[in-house]
Amino acid sequence: MWDFSPLWISIKTSITATFIVFFIGIAAAWFMAKYKGKARGVIDAVFTLPMVLPPTVVGFILLSIIGKNFPIGDILNGFGITLIFTWFATVIAATVVAFPLMYKTCVGAFSQIDINVINAARTLGASEWKIFWKVAVPLAWPGIAAGTVLAFARALGEFGATMMIAGSIPGKTETIPIAIYFAVANGETNTAIKWVILIFIISLAVMIFADKWTKNKFLLLSSSRGK
Amino acid sequence: MTMSLEVDITKKLEGFNLKVNFKADDDVLGLLGASGSGKSMTLRCIAGIETPDAGKIVLNGRVLFDSENKINIPIRNRRVAFLFQNYALFPNMTVEQNIGFGLAKSINKADKSNKIKKKIVDLQLTGLEKRYPSQLSGGQQQRVALARALVVDPEVLLLDEPFSALDEHLKSNMLIQLKEDLIDFNGPSIFVTHNMEESYQLCTNIIIINSGHIDAIGPKDTIFNNPPTLYSAKLTGCKNISKIRKITNNKIEAVDWGCIITFNHEIDDSITSMGIRAHYLEIKEDYNDINTFDCWVVFTTEALFRTKVYLKFIEPIGDEKSYHLLWDISKEEWNLIKHKPLPLKIKIDPKKVIQIKEVH
Repeated sequence: MWDFSPLWISIKTSITATFIVFFIGIAAAWFMAKYKGKARGVIDAVFTLPMVLPPTVVGFILLSIIGKNFPIGDILNGFGITLIFTWFATVIAATVVAFPLMYKTCVGAFSQIDINVINAARTLGASEWKIFWKVAVPLAWPGIAAGTVLAFARALGEFGATMMIAGSIPGKTETIPIAIYFAVANGETNTAIKWVILIFIISLAVMIFADKWTKNKFLLLSSSRGK
Repeated sequence: MTMSLEVDITKKLEGFNLKVNFKADDDVLGLLGASGSGKSMTLRCIAGIETPDAGKIVLNGRVLFDSENKINIPIRNRRVAFLFQNYALFPNMTVEQNIGFGLAKSINKADKSNKIKKKIVDLQLTGLEKRYPSQLSGGQQQRVALARALVVDPEVLLLDEPFSALDEHLKSNMLIQLKEDLIDFNGPSIFVTHNMEESYQLCTNIIIINSGHIDAIGPKDTIFNNPPTLYSAKLTGCKNISKIRKITNNKIEAVDWGCIITFNHEIDDSITSMGIRAHYLEIKEDYNDINTFDCWVVFTTEALFRTKVYLKFIEPIGDEKSYHLLWDISKEEWNLIKHKPLPLKIKIDPKKVIQIKEVH
């Protein structure tokens, strides 16, 4: 009997990470779309960095932040909270590496919006909050949806950083990519093939679902957009 | 209380400084200028989309911007309606939703839908309530934008080149339509354009802006019939301009043309140039009228219904193309004239002459 726990861990982790990234990615992108200050280049670089750095470097940095021997990890430890080598660590790793994909795609989507439309909303007395929800998000929807799919895919495939801060504890932190790695390392080719096929099916299903999800919204928008 | 908007602002722009100071009342005020003259920027500063470097903007006694007292009211609290060049409708909302967007949550549903319905009727959008902006014509989009802007009872209406994106044949009807819609609006309207025809039809008063400063300001008839400055004369379409030299109290020499024009009144010393619009030149059979001069045709160009005749006060040599006067007449008239022997006897009517003062 195969142990299916890596599947549930992978799905739970990816969904949780995507959920978190969805909100903070959109928020960061909206902030950057409106931010005109001097630190723009620096902030953008920091937000994008996890995509550029090798996952092991991201893992090392995260380890330096939440590891027991480091400040934040130490403080949390004082409250009896340990993040390192727990399921939460897999979520943190997946969230951090998936964030730039969501952020970048959303910045692109927001910057496509006609600034006059946003200003028109302002002259009509709308609050920035209302503009964000009623104008910016609907108009940027195709980009937001695409970013979400990319973020989910990246979270599902996360390996390096997860290994470094969550390890490979069966039933706790062992995700499908990690299970595949150890199956191959241990010469269990059949197990590896099983997981490869499964992740193939999940990825395909997500892409097909996402295609429908973004397309429907996009058709609605594109039919009502432009001249 | 009378409605008024007072603007006195400066802002550094690329290439020049914007420095405007004017007051608008209940009428339609036109800001006329070439593209890049700062007219749209002025409008955007009033709305709060751009921030002036210094100065003050006061709307109906309410300070919207005051650099000295560090007041800069956010756009959403200014009660300023802005009609954008591309209308900037919300593409994800229907006509109804677009119009209702600015209505506060605090008013109840029935009130809200009544207000929307009234604007839909006022602006002849009945039947289009459920359409999206992309399913509307340019004219309909403009009326939705106007309805959306007016439904929130703004205190001033700012129109930024609302016709520039439209085909020529749609324009004239929409101008008439917009003029009617504006009559119902109670408050100052500022209309920005580079098109003198539009500004003449729509506005009561005109401000001419040149490189960020106000070149001329006044009622439209004064501005168009007697443009006080060289720039305003050119911008309002005066093609024939010459520097002048005063000879006697009522005689001036048009230096660039080499002819002397006699007025029946005294000419002010401050006049430095004169102009005559291309369609005000007249042809005479004899020299009985004063101010009638011999002119030779240098060349002509044909437009759709008009002919432009380029004239010279002396006989042109060879095929030189330099000319003194541009004469704009209908093709029918020109067909009657063109076989006449040269020189033609052309009259410059002093009553039609624009007397231009030195600028600055």
